[in-house]
Amino acid sequence: MISALRTLGYRTVMLLEHLGHMAAFVGQIGLNALRRPFRFGRLVMEIFDVGVLSLAIVCLSGATVGAVLGLQGYNTLTRFGAEGSLGAVVGLTLVRELGPVFTALLVTGRAGSAMAAEIASMVTTEQLDGLRMMSIDPVDFVVTPKALAMLIVMPMLNVLFILFAFFGGYVIGVELLGVDGGTYVTSLEDAITFEDDVAGTLLKSVVFGLLVGLIATYRGYTAEPTSAGVSAATTGTVVTASVTILIFDYVITALWGV
Amino acid sequence: MQRSPTRDLTVGLFVAAGLAAIGYLSIQVGGLSYKGSGGLELYAVFDEIGGLKERAPVAVAGVTVGQVTGIGLDDMLRARVVLELDADLELPVDTSASIRTSGVLGDQFVSLEPGGEEELLVSGEEIVFTESALSLERLIGKFVHDSGLEDD
Repeated sequence: MISALRTLGYRTVMLLEHLGHMAAFVGQIGLNALRRPFRFGRLVMEIFDVGVLSLAIVCLSGATVGAVLGLQGYNTLTRFGAEGSLGAVVGLTLVRELGPVFTALLVTGRAGSAMAAEIASMVTTEQLDGLRMMSIDPVDFVVTPKALAMLIVMPMLNVLFILFAFFGGYVIGVELLGVDGGTYVTSLEDAITFEDDVAGTLLKSVVFGLLVGLIATYRGYTAEPTSAGVSAATTGTVVTASVTILIFDYVITALWGV
Repeated sequence: MQRSPTRDLTVGLFVAAGLAAIGYLSIQVGGLSYKGSGGLELYAVFDEIGGLKERAPVAVAGVTVGQVTGIGLDDMLRARVVLELDADLELPVDTSASIRTSGVLGDQFVSLEPGGEEELLVSGEEIVFTESALSLERLIGKFVHDSGLEDD
């Protein structure tokens, strides 16, 4: 009984300590992002790694998801004779929900895991300690550009995903299934408004970008300096980030209705 | 830090494409537009607006010229609808407004029919001639009620 309570107490203290470390880490990144030197070259390099290299998978997935939505939406809507609303269905589903979540999950798998593994192996091979020896702050030099790149890249990839999905839906719905092209485009553009939908998708993707960047870098930075530590950091990033994305997606939708 | 011209270029292209995509989605698809404060704002009072929602389109002869920006009750407990229209739209004072239905899902919109007066409506004025939304339930109810009375 006593030992169970003791375990509970220990766990609680550990959790609080963990959260405290994480908050301090976030504060450090935020401070370094706003403070000179800005390390612009490193940021460009990270945007290349996170954004440009994720572009192919994001665009391909976007077109495929749009095509599937077009097919599913058509089959359902045609029962009510409402094929004319296909554009609205595809557009709203993508902009409000699938675009940001799908993109964030893809980027987590494609770039977040790599990010955590890179930092974790730098911890393991004592490269971060080497930087400290040269009085270069590893958070400033290694971590901040990565987290910032994730934040910048996520909304862009999200919107590209959505546009490619519109295109995929168009190809299936209009070219293959014979919905009128003008009807598809008009119903899509009419259904989507900036205030409700586009602003929401941008908000979601910015929040997801922030979360994925922080989780990946924190997991890598706090990894055990062993090879098992590297793999744990990588797996942990994908699992934690995916669950966090889904939870925050629900919270944002519930709070702001987007 | 080594700078690679090719990498810098691809990153530049990526960022430009990303920003262009965000702009396209916001402006073309999302309909974001810079609106000066000079839009034509008119009021119309209806007995019944049916399922009219905010941001429903306002059309003249089927051409969208603005949208519904506010719906509320006036002090006579009738529906007071605020219409935000294009600033350069010239509507005579005897313009009439009616609530119509379009599309399979029954989306409602406000249709304006210009009258013949010379004098033009200016911002803040009320459209006096209005025609309420046609409520199918009410029509059926009336029909059933009326035929019931005849049977007696």
